Amino acid sequence: MSGATSAMGLRGRNYARQYWPFLVPAGVIVFAVIVFPWIFTLYMSVMDWHVGGAITFHGLGNYKRLFTDERFLWSAVRTLYFTALAVIFPMLLGIAAAVCFHRKFPLRGLARTLFILPMMATPVAVALVWTMMFHPQLGVLNYLLSVVGLPMSSWVYAPNTVIPTLVMVETWQWTPLVMLIVLGGLASLPVDPYEAARIDGASGWDSFVHITLPLVWPHIMVALVIRTIDALKSLDIIFVISGGGPGTSSETMNYLLYLEAFSFYDMGYASAIVVVFFVIILLISLLLFGARRQAY
Amino acid sequence: MRPHQIRRLFGNIGFGLSVFALVSPAILVFLWMLSLSFKNELDNTAFPPVFIPTHPTWANFIDVFEKNDFVTLFWEDFDAFGRTWFTYPSIGGYLYNSIVVSFSATGLALLVGVPAGFGVAKSKAHKVAALIMIARVTPGLSYLVPLFLLFQWMGMIGSLLPLVITHLVITVPIVVWVMIGFFEGLPNELEEAALVDGATIWQAFRFIALPLARPGIVVALILAFIFSWNNFIFGVVLAGRETRTLPVAVYNVLTFEQVSWGPLAAAALLVTLPVLLLTLLMQKEIVAGLTAGGVKGG
Repeated sequence: MSGATSAMGLRGRNYARQYWPFLVPAGVIVFAVIVFPWIFTLYMSVMDWHVGGAITFHGLGNYKRLFTDERFLWSAVRTLYFTALAVIFPMLLGIAAAVCFHRKFPLRGLARTLFILPMMATPVAVALVWTMMFHPQLGVLNYLLSVVGLPMSSWVYAPNTVIPTLVMVETWQWTPLVMLIVLGGLASLPVDPYEAARIDGASGWDSFVHITLPLVWPHIMVALVIRTIDALKSLDIIFVISGGGPGTSSETMNYLLYLEAFSFYDMGYASAIVVVFFVIILLISLLLFGARRQAY
Repeated sequence: MRPHQIRRLFGNIGFGLSVFALVSPAILVFLWMLSLSFKNELDNTAFPPVFIPTHPTWANFIDVFEKNDFVTLFWEDFDAFGRTWFTYPSIGGYLYNSIVVSFSATGLALLVGVPAGFGVAKSKAHKVAALIMIARVTPGLSYLVPLFLLFQWMGMIGSLLPLVITHLVITVPIVVWVMIGFFEGLPNELEEAALVDGATIWQAFRFIALPLARPGIVVALILAFIFSWNNFIFGVVLAGRETRTLPVAVYNVLTFEQVSWGPLAAAALLVTLPVLLLTLLMQKEIVAGLTAGGVKGG
């Protein structure tokens, strides 16, 4: 028996070594469009590199500039503000939606498909429709507010409402992804604990808090990590709906990165932003995955 | 009715209302898009807004096709050295650009990504998978800065090739990620039997694993295509006036021309319609793929 297993293991290992040719074509492409850009970015971030200008070594100058550049620091604050809101609302709604879609009801498949349309639709196209809905005089949203007797909002046209408004669009767009991940967790739950709880007289809420939540917690953490990172790097809707404005009041780090690279053509500084961005994303992923491990 | 029946009835009504409250925002935005695109300019600028078009019209869609080069542009594409990368047939234009870019990027990604998914799943090279996951979590712009300079240096800006190459940043990780999951889920026995009978690994892949993986390939294809089609920021940076993909073209209508809502909504609807239809028709595959990987491009 033990001889047989070791022979199997040996065979498995031998074959494992022969699978590398399958990885070569993809490896070449991944190196060219993913790994090479990382290395090149690191190199550029220590250079003074303006498109069309001379390229000189700049040491840590770009990084030093980051920590004194008020425009960058404010963009970091705004990114955190946007991310906090754009994580909390989709998470709460997404978990609620997953619980709803886990229950059987007529037309559930159709309802679920309609619910995920916002995340599949072309972001630019839906962002354009939202822009028209936010129009201060002719927009349908202000009309609806006035119908229910609420004061009109200036939506994306005022510095203090622009980020919450963008969060609303982001929530509309990405709640479905949270729902899908949590729903996947719910689908894999065992039935027994629920029956036991029901026999013991637990209410629906009790069994949700004490059985469902702990069991789907790993899936909720995965959704949390993915949502946090996606919120940090959200760009399309900000680009189209507010363009970082009014003024700079919705200019997030990712948007500033776009401006530095492709409006000001300051590639060295933009690369330093990319590196810092990368470190932040890595730290948050590690932090959240650490929290996930503790939850087990 | 007994108390518990009444309670159940109220429970069901409450449940129905909460499902309605969750789903309606998703639908209403698309219905508003539809409404805007079928109304004339008078109805679109009316306040209070007109919800159902009083005089439904195709004029906005005709406008999109006639005025905006969406499908009628034709030209040849030269790079800085006068070499032709792509020559457009007479039905060129932005639709053609989008189709070329998304189909090429998806096709190439399948070509390299399906074998890679197989290789990773069989040799359990999870470090490779982690590398690909990093591509999923970093912003698309971070790849664009170095690649833009590279394309500029090579004189490729203004052709479709840089767009195809950068879209690989989106499509390759999606395909590899979905295929790893799929090949790991396949039983090993058939392949092992073939290997024992003297088949090469390539034959085992080509004649056993690949046919079994067809459903997984469909999932990977749909997701990669949709996220490539939807991509905006790569096009904004890399596309010249004639190489814009549809999302970029629509955005430019907003910024550079006098905005009238009807044609703009019609254009937006046309751009996203293929994706919406694909989602409605293939919802099972899409849900399966998204649930497995939390995939999203760019």
